[in-house]
Amino acid sequence: MQAKPRLLTILDIVCVVLMIIATGMVFLYAPEEAVMGNVQRVFYFHVSSAWVGMLSFLVAAVAGIAFLRTARMKWDVVGLASVEIGMVFSFIAVIMGSIWARPIWNTWWTWDPRLTTVTIMLLIYAAYLMLRAGIDDPNRRARFGAVYAIIGVLSVPLTFFSARLFRTIHPVVIGTNQPGSEGAFDMTPRMLQTFMFSLFVFTLLYADLLWHRVRLGELANKVEQLKMKVMG
Amino acid sequence: MAVNRIIEKQEEATQVEGDTQVEEHSIVSQDQKFERSPVSSFLGSIWAIVWKDLAAELRSRELVSAMLVFALLVIIIFNFALELDAKTRATVTSGVLWVTFAFAGTLGLSRSMAMEKDRGCLDGLLLAPVDRSAIYFGKSIGNLVFMLIVEIIVLPVYSILYNTNLFQPGLVGVILLGSIGYVAVGTLLSSMAVETRTRDVLLPILLFPVVIPVLIASVKASTGFLQGLEMSEISPWINLLIVYDVVFTAVAFMVFDYIVEE
Repeated sequence: MQAKPRLLTILDIVCVVLMIIATGMVFLYAPEEAVMGNVQRVFYFHVSSAWVGMLSFLVAAVAGIAFLRTARMKWDVVGLASVEIGMVFSFIAVIMGSIWARPIWNTWWTWDPRLTTVTIMLLIYAAYLMLRAGIDDPNRRARFGAVYAIIGVLSVPLTFFSARLFRTIHPVVIGTNQPGSEGAFDMTPRMLQTFMFSLFVFTLLYADLLWHRVRLGELANKVEQLKMKVMG
Repeated sequence: MAVNRIIEKQEEATQVEGDTQVEEHSIVSQDQKFERSPVSSFLGSIWAIVWKDLAAELRSRELVSAMLVFALLVIIIFNFALELDAKTRATVTSGVLWVTFAFAGTLGLSRSMAMEKDRGCLDGLLLAPVDRSAIYFGKSIGNLVFMLIVEIIVLPVYSILYNTNLFQPGLVGVILLGSIGYVAVGTLLSSMAVETRTRDVLLPILLFPVVIPVLIASVKASTGFLQGLEMSEISPWINLLIVYDVVFTAVAFMVFDYIVEE
């Protein structure tokens, strides 16, 4: 077993420090939003976690393609790690969104395209984990997982597009806003800085967690092999 | 691949023959080989698999009959669950139909693959010297045929039971497009689900979140046709269905090899 890499330790520390700075920026540096008040501060971490969720499912699909091409178990570990992290962050985004939606939309939940898509996305990756749990052969588990990760990531944009053909009320802060969305606002420079910084920190945090999870997965595979050796 | 290799070998064999015998003979035999080109032998093996499924079904009748009875039961349950009076019917008909097709579809998909697995037929298919994707397309077309049979019977029954006219060319087109998308993904996922411990339970869990775009688009487009909306309002949904069908058939074609690989 190899020792924890020095770089990973450094990354851990950097993440903790930056996370504290980001939290400080969200509460102290960013100005209070004129209409919505303090609850708007949830926006910075909400969008960042949603972004990490998307990114990690994309990474899982890319790892799936890489696994199918090379048949190296390493890519399977990356895929699984990324899906697990993505589920956690998507769930965090949903919870934070609900906290914001309660005062602004006057409801915890609504069947808006983004909300619908994120729910279906979570269900797809829950199915991914169940699929893996039902297969004993590691090689087959990796192949099926890779295929399902690819199919899942392809269906998400189509789900979003089809849900979007319905009316939407979710605000689009970046890019053009649709008429009828509630809770939209324009970002001041300070807000934009805080937002970009949060995005950066969360991406870094994702990389850090992925690294940890991949190491854990590789160790788990090793333990599995050793067990087989002892039993056999 | 295997077919190509066999043809290449045949070519080599005739080449040797051609050297010793008259030139013309080898040209004639090569022409014959070009007639049985890889494309037509590919289509031939797809047809063989479809035919096998249809023949087996024609004798046992266990798959379509189960799907059909199940579909009718679902419609009857909806009658009580939704109080399908004349007013609600106008808005929920396509929803009821698609939920029915989706549920009956999973039943058929999992049974069709389980039959291959249980009796060791899948191993036989895999041993056959045909391209793996021919197996995928063969099974898909077989499943599509079963689903369409169920739909063809359910539509008039629904029309009679609820006194609604469902015979519109547009609706039939939507049902065809929707079923293609559903079966394209369903066949792929059922061949995965059949290898797992949880099997039949797993298929709907794997399938439904992925086919949601098909279901949304089909329901919307069907409602549009039933309510006589203008084509400009329906066409985005039709386009979405076509895109889904193309994308997922292509992807399934590319990844099927990895699923049946041993």
